[in-house]
Amino acid sequence: MSFFEILRSAMRGVTANKLRSVLTLLGVMIGVGSVILLLAVGNGSAQTVQNAITTLGTNTLTVRSNTGGGGGGGGTTATAASTSSVKTITTKVSDQLADAGLGHVKAVVPQVSTSLTISSTTTSSDSVSVIGTTAGYFDVSTAKVASGSAFTAADVTTSAKVAVIGSTLATTLYPTGSALGKSVSVDGTPFTVVGILATQSAAGFTDPNTVLVAPITRIQKSYTGYGAVSTLTVEAKSSEAVTAAQGEVTVMLNQLLGVTDTSDEPFTVTNQSSLLATAAASATSFTVLLGAVAAISLLVGGIGVTNVMLVTVTERTREIGIRKALGATRGAILGQFLAEAATLTLLGGVLGVIAALIGARFEINGTQPVVLGYSIPLALGVSVAIGVFFGVYPAGRAAAMRPIQALRAI
Amino acid sequence: MATITKATLAPAAVAAAPVLRLAGIHQVYGEGEAAVHALRGIDLDVAAGDYVAIMGPSGSGKSTLMNLLGCLDIASSGTYELAGHDVRSLTENELARVRNQEIGFVFQSFNLVPRMTALANVELPLIYGGAKRAERRDRALEALDMVGLANRADHQPQQLSGGQQQRVAIARALVTSPTLVLADEPTGNLDSESTEEILSILDSLASAGRTIVIITHEENVADRAHRVLTISDGLLTGDRTGKAVKGRVK
Repeated sequence: MSFFEILRSAMRGVTANKLRSVLTLLGVMIGVGSVILLLAVGNGSAQTVQNAITTLGTNTLTVRSNTGGGGGGGGTTATAASTSSVKTITTKVSDQLADAGLGHVKAVVPQVSTSLTISSTTTSSDSVSVIGTTAGYFDVSTAKVASGSAFTAADVTTSAKVAVIGSTLATTLYPTGSALGKSVSVDGTPFTVVGILATQSAAGFTDPNTVLVAPITRIQKSYTGYGAVSTLTVEAKSSEAVTAAQGEVTVMLNQLLGVTDTSDEPFTVTNQSSLLATAAASATSFTVLLGAVAAISLLVGGIGVTNVMLVTVTERTREIGIRKALGATRGAILGQFLAEAATLTLLGGVLGVIAALIGARFEINGTQPVVLGYSIPLALGVSVAIGVFFGVYPAGRAAAMRPIQALRAI
Repeated sequence: MATITKATLAPAAVAAAPVLRLAGIHQVYGEGEAAVHALRGIDLDVAAGDYVAIMGPSGSGKSTLMNLLGCLDIASSGTYELAGHDVRSLTENELARVRNQEIGFVFQSFNLVPRMTALANVELPLIYGGAKRAERRDRALEALDMVGLANRADHQPQQLSGGQQQRVAIARALVTSPTLVLADEPTGNLDSESTEEILSILDSLASAGRTIVIITHEENVADRAHRVLTISDGLLTGDRTGKAVKGRVK
């Protein structure tokens, strides 16, 4: 029996009971489709995270205080700072670090953050992320000024009430017309909007477009007090110098803060590449998890194939008897039913791929799926393998039947 | 009951080498107390070109004998040679090949594969025989033409009458040019008109020199054969010349 013959008889078997075949096929289709689509979603979100981290720049370091005050609390930080000022990173420490003349460090940008209500004359927005920082912020972070201008070093020195706001916040406060040059009220204090940030894609849980950036001196004076800063962003001179800069910064901070026990540093220095590695690892486990869930549905589809093939074999016992009487060997019968199962799952697989490719064109839960090239042949191959694997038992039963017994079946 | 020897049973086999040769065939189902002796020592030679009817009441062992002759089952003991093959020594795949090449089956209930056209049904043995597509088609159409159904080649079994289905089955049995055509109650499910159709096809096959073994319990069917064997309780009890032949002799 030629390959073509086997395929033809398999197609005849598949089309003999259309409704049953379609339902079985649906199981495989959903399995294959969800494998491809969920892997694509996992891959898509991994790529989004990686892109976001890459745009942060790979030549920056982030320093965070391990003490409680770093989170951007209000007045309590000031008292905490006065009691344990030695061990806290303040703007004074930040300035000292910047002026220390470290060979691999280009800039040090301190940030304090808090969350406040911001309003215009008509609308207001609750819990807006407020960042107090220096003019260097716009060089080291992903936030870029799209219209207007950033505040200047002079604004920081004079604690000017100026602000650069995110694009979403701008349209919320001033739905009609530009917010540029307008006044916004931050917990009752009026600030002048001097710049609006370019729209950024979301990389985490917070919306980077609902944000207000103002001189650190003004934010500390009016809201957070002069305690610990939340983070220091340190820019290295090049991406190659990041590791050296990390060492220099750690040593210098220990010196400035009077730390003697280096196993108990009051701060953590992280660089983007380690962040990237962490993100990549979490993205991989996310993808694996999604893939595993989808693989289970493919398995269920495969069991459906076994079930249907068992019914088919029982139903066609007499046909098997006839074929054996006419000279079909064990192998021919085995091949026929295996080919039928494989055809069924291959059809389901092809439809599943088509469904997944259509599904991947849409954004799913804020993530644009990116179909992994290898997942298509993989899923198709696995679907055929499932057909063969789950078809072996029913086909083996058919092949092992003795002709006279098979012929006696009704 | 007269003792029947191989010599008295095989008068026609003197000239030609026998197509079928059975010697001391026993068939036992089950074991011990529950053992059923379906066949209890069958000796039989059938010559090439002979038209043999095997008659017997139900339970006489004729279906068991039919299964053995058709290589669908293997005897418990004794030897069975079909066209020179010792059937008992064959492997499962060799048996399948013997069924494919040497035997054409005609069953009481037609046993066509449903949802396959008449042509596809007739082509089936050729597929398992490994014939090429074009050759298969030609030979299958030729066989259908022989039973007068060439114009129904693309009909499915359920679109054909019982008589037509049985004619398709005969075409399928003939398509491989088998050594032996084995018919098990071929007219059992047919009306008298269709029965006559089928029997005249078998008559013409016999006169064309095919070896035919037909199993039946109907006298009028057996009468058409050249040789009529009677089986009861697992033993051959009679062997006579068919009435049709006698008539011709007179």
